[in-house]
Amino acid sequence: MGGSVAALGMGLAVIGAGIGIGMIGSRAMEAIARQPEAVGDIRGNMILTAALIEGAALIAIVFSYLVR
Amino acid sequence: MKKLLTAFLLTFSLAYLASAQQHDHDHGTETHDSHNHDHDGHDHDTHAHGEEGHAAHDHAHSGGHAHTPGEDAINSCGVVTHHGEFDPGALAFHHISDQNVYNIGPLQLPLPCILHSKESGIEFFSSGKFHPDYHGTGTFAYNKYVLFEGLVRRIQGDFPSGLVEIGHGALGVVAETIYEEKDGKQVEAGKKDVVYLCHSGAKLACDNKSTLDFGVFGGGLTSFTDFSITKNVVSMFIVLFLMSWLFLSIAKKYKEREGMAPKGAQGLLETVIVFIQDEVAKPFLGHKWEKFLPFLLVIFFFILGLNLWGQVPFLGGSNVTGSLSVTFVLAIMAFLVTNLNGNKHYWEHVFWMPGVPAWIKTILTPVEFLGVFIKPLTLMLRLFANITAGHMVMVIFVSLIFVFSKSGESVIGGYGSSIASGLLTVFMMAIELLVAFIQAFVFTILTASYIGAATEEHHHAEEHH
Repeated sequence: MGGSVAALGMGLAVIGAGIGIGMIGSRAMEAIARQPEAVGDIRGNMILTAALIEGAALIAIVFSYLVR
Repeated sequence: MKKLLTAFLLTFSLAYLASAQQHDHDHGTETHDSHNHDHDGHDHDTHAHGEEGHAAHDHAHSGGHAHTPGEDAINSCGVVTHHGEFDPGALAFHHISDQNVYNIGPLQLPLPCILHSKESGIEFFSSGKFHPDYHGTGTFAYNKYVLFEGLVRRIQGDFPSGLVEIGHGALGVVAETIYEEKDGKQVEAGKKDVVYLCHSGAKLACDNKSTLDFGVFGGGLTSFTDFSITKNVVSMFIVLFLMSWLFLSIAKKYKEREGMAPKGAQGLLETVIVFIQDEVAKPFLGHKWEKFLPFLLVIFFFILGLNLWGQVPFLGGSNVTGSLSVTFVLAIMAFLVTNLNGNKHYWEHVFWMPGVPAWIKTILTPVEFLGVFIKPLTLMLRLFANITAGHMVMVIFVSLIFVFSKSGESVIGGYGSSIASGLLTVFMMAIELLVAFIQAFVFTILTASYIGAATEEHHHAEEHH
């Protein structure tokens, strides 16, 4: 039972990351559509924010596997 | 440039000392029954060292039965020394953990071992004394130390000192259940992998090295500490020398080409350095950016260099930034620089936030105080998790070939999965390259943001918060 609970935790963490990064992506697309000349700035900030969210999700994944 | 180099050396030496406490990732909640060592290193083409299944596996067992493919090899103490089935999870763990030998393809370089135990004090010898086989398991024990799967372990119990031959198949790992006292009964509290040595009929347990994780990741203080020059340390040395050579030669070029346009590597690095200066240092640090720029550059290039070094498959795939101890030291450096440069307003904001009612302060102060420690902690974990996940995914994708080909039995599975896995792996490596840059950048920008918050001058009007 212990193993499957860890996998469940990992899945939940990834749901959060998926939703968060999806929202960033959609807002970034909208922003680019509104102001195409700001593509460079928007892309940079989008990747940075995605990395931060990804960090949180990966921390959850790694911990759920390693900590018993 | 001298400041850069000093900062580099300081960070690096602390990381070396801390990596001595690097814990062994060699445990999972699943049992280690299928713990095979199909070592590809990081060769992502299907170049095999005769490792397809066990057919070509020359594994002479002096302490066990003749090895038939598909079956576990059990030595005379009843410990499984070589597993029949292929276990990708265990292989992945082995590849992301630190080792006392450096495997580059078929070449195995012994590394110096510096070990300290309460009984025998400090000992300094080469891991070649263990005469390790290709898997990193030694056939000799030295001064009550053995090498199992690339890591040094200490034999507990009665065992002669000096060089003792233990032969093949003497060491194996057993997944033991730990029992806890609960309401007077013995309750299962999880599994722990214990390494056993079988020698002259005696079954002796072997300790792993001490780690500073207080048992959270299955580590803890044991009978010896390992200060060896391990694979991670060697990789850090190599990256240090490469970076130093690169930056010093560029510094020389700047002097030679004064007033002229930058050329070659100078131009490339100038772009990156100016990017860090203009996008990271100046916006976040305000007018104090020059003081902290060398530190930020060290953080960025050290992490970037280590990330990229781990991505190259032909250099042993050393997972340096994916080791908690290295990232821990980097986070500690960020923590120290932030808090040693904190001005009065920073500490005021942490402990006694101005402009909020008193009852909110009682909630806010502990949260802010914890935040002082949690921010570097997240820096450490973010980098560790990203890089380790990347390495694990690499190993798992290559292991897919072995799983689908059923360790060499299914030819169609083998060819099909080689092509599919090869393409997947190339795609993932591209992503990992991007991740290497992004993680170095994120670490740097967050450190800059924390330092900026700590050194910020008080701009707020009285009633604004």
